[in-house]
Amino acid sequence: MTSKPNVRQVGVDLQDSEDSRALVEAIEEDNPDVNLIRMPGLVKMQIPGQLVIRRETVEQRMGREWETHEFQMNIVSYSGNISEWDDDQIVIKWEH
Amino acid sequence: MAKAKLSMRERYRLLTRDLDWEPTYVDPKKVYPYTRYEGIKIHDWDAWDDPFRLTIDSYCKYQAEKDKKLYAVIDGFAQGQGHLSLTDARYVNSLKLFLQGVTPLEYQAHRHFGYLARHLDGPGARFAALCQSIDELRHTQTEIHTISQYNKYYGGLHNWSRMHDRVWYLSVPKSFFDDGLSAGPFEFLTAISFSFEYFLTNLLFVPFMSGASFNGDLATMTFGFSAQSDESRHMTLGLEVLKFMLEQDEDNVPIIQDWVDKWFWRGYRLLGLVAAMMDYMLPRKIMSWKEAFELYLEQQMLEGLFPDLEYYGIRPPRHVEQAITEKEYMSHQVYWILYQFSFAASFNTTVPTDEELDWMSGAYPETFDRFYRPLWERARRLEEEGNRFFFRGLPMLCQTCQIPMGFSEPGDPSTLSIRTSQFRGERFNFCSDGCKWIFDREPEKYVQAWLPVHQIYQGNCGGTTIPEVLNWYGIQDGVDNGEYLTSPDKANWDKWHTGAVVGGA
Ligand SMILES: [Fe+2]
Ligand SMILES: [Fe+2]
Ligand SMILES: [Zn+2]
Repeated sequence: MTSKPNVRQVGVDLQDSEDSRALVEAIEEDNPDVNLIRMPGLVKMQIPGQLVIRRETVEQRMGREWETHEFQMNIVSYSGNISEWDDDQIVIKWEH
Repeated sequence: MAKAKLSMRERYRLLTRDLDWEPTYVDPKKVYPYTRYEGIKIHDWDAWDDPFRLTIDSYCKYQAEKDKKLYAVIDGFAQGQGHLSLTDARYVNSLKLFLQGVTPLEYQAHRHFGYLARHLDGPGARFAALCQSIDELRHTQTEIHTISQYNKYYGGLHNWSRMHDRVWYLSVPKSFFDDGLSAGPFEFLTAISFSFEYFLTNLLFVPFMSGASFNGDLATMTFGFSAQSDESRHMTLGLEVLKFMLEQDEDNVPIIQDWVDKWFWRGYRLLGLVAAMMDYMLPRKIMSWKEAFELYLEQQMLEGLFPDLEYYGIRPPRHVEQAITEKEYMSHQVYWILYQFSFAASFNTTVPTDEELDWMSGAYPETFDRFYRPLWERARRLEEEGNRFFFRGLPMLCQTCQIPMGFSEPGDPSTLSIRTSQFRGERFNFCSDGCKWIFDREPEKYVQAWLPVHQIYQGNCGGTTIPEVLNWYGIQDGVDNGEYLTSPDKANWDKWHTGAVVGGA
């Protein structure tokens, strides 16, 4: 067996609500390797390396304007480090 | 012509940097007198960066929206008799423990972040503290509104504020937070923002809120998730503040390592109450404490976060190995403590059902059938014979975490763990190496602990008999406390769910 370099997981937990649905779809679209776990009331999304939430993709899925600040309406928790949060995207990854 | 909208980054810069000024005719050290005595060296407060880049307008907009949503759900809960849709009235006991323990902490957090919003030197840090102070007040309010819904139908929640100052098991969260409040501002930030809100929060809130959802408690799920959406900002502040301190000066590293060690163990012991709630107090379980610990603490924190902190010279917290060993049995030991002493608690406890015992055998194959199933089966026999088991007398408490001494030697569930230290000619007792280590670092602080059992014996709690003490606590004997099966909560629940036709002859 070859030992793979250990890529650490990052992730977000979102409320499992009607509002979050488009968001979850957008995250899946932009992060094809994302692993989705449903817990009561909660959608847990985990991925090795980094997770990106892109405004444009979310707006397409929602069919309306969406600003990245609005992400706080749906987020319950995250693991990792918020390395970027600007008008166009949010990036979660470990720094070192 | 309309101007192009400023970017988030630019708006945040204008708010947190452009509006700030350097004091010139007063010494900055006099304006911010509390940020030097802990030994933390900050050279450049401008290096502080808040990834959320929140400004007043967007803060107010989204907080208002969150509140609107939340109160609509609470209203619906009241009008639709939501309390009847719970899995079982037994569930409410986990809610009681949570609301009694956490609501006053939210208020203390509100106050202390208000203080930091004035006293941190950097404008970015002050603004983050200001937002958090307002958030924590909102959490206090939403939790009080939830208490008010349940207080109409269930015992134990009528007196939460006074109880927090007086009752033995609530001294566990209270003394934890008081320890943070009475430290300096940087230790407080490490304790509460980093250790509690970043490192441990997922173990406290997420499984609990998910448990509320699974047990039909819409009101709690909604206030919980609403609070958690603020919490992601608080988590970010926690990680940000830690990295900021570490980057500012190498001399900060050993000080912070000590705080990380101390506050890991302090927080972990507090979470013992959560472990008991998850495994014993939720009629429908979402995951075991052990699974939650593996997912949130071992996987996300030890494997995720700590390799990042290693870069700064920070190693995983001292005594974390003991916490890992304890995941196999900690919840059982804590709930057994609560079970034995619930004659003096403002919630009910009971022996788990057969299905629950089987679930625990599956979740804890190494320990449950060997050590804990026999205990519960014996307790059930006694209960059936009309001799419900309660501990006679008052327990010895750990001087640091204030939990009754019911923890075992690490890896040996059958031997009680007791550690002691001598200080100024007196002997002090501890539940674990972690709690002893914390005391030995700052004995002058912990000898002042208000230990509920000592206070009772000293005559400071309304008297020395149980009824006198319960009266002083504000616990109504036979209503709020003791065994669940014979409680008014259970009797009411059965009455509400008999299926009798209301208004029939
Ligand atoms: Fe809070
Ligand atoms: Fe918080
Ligand atoms: Zn202890």
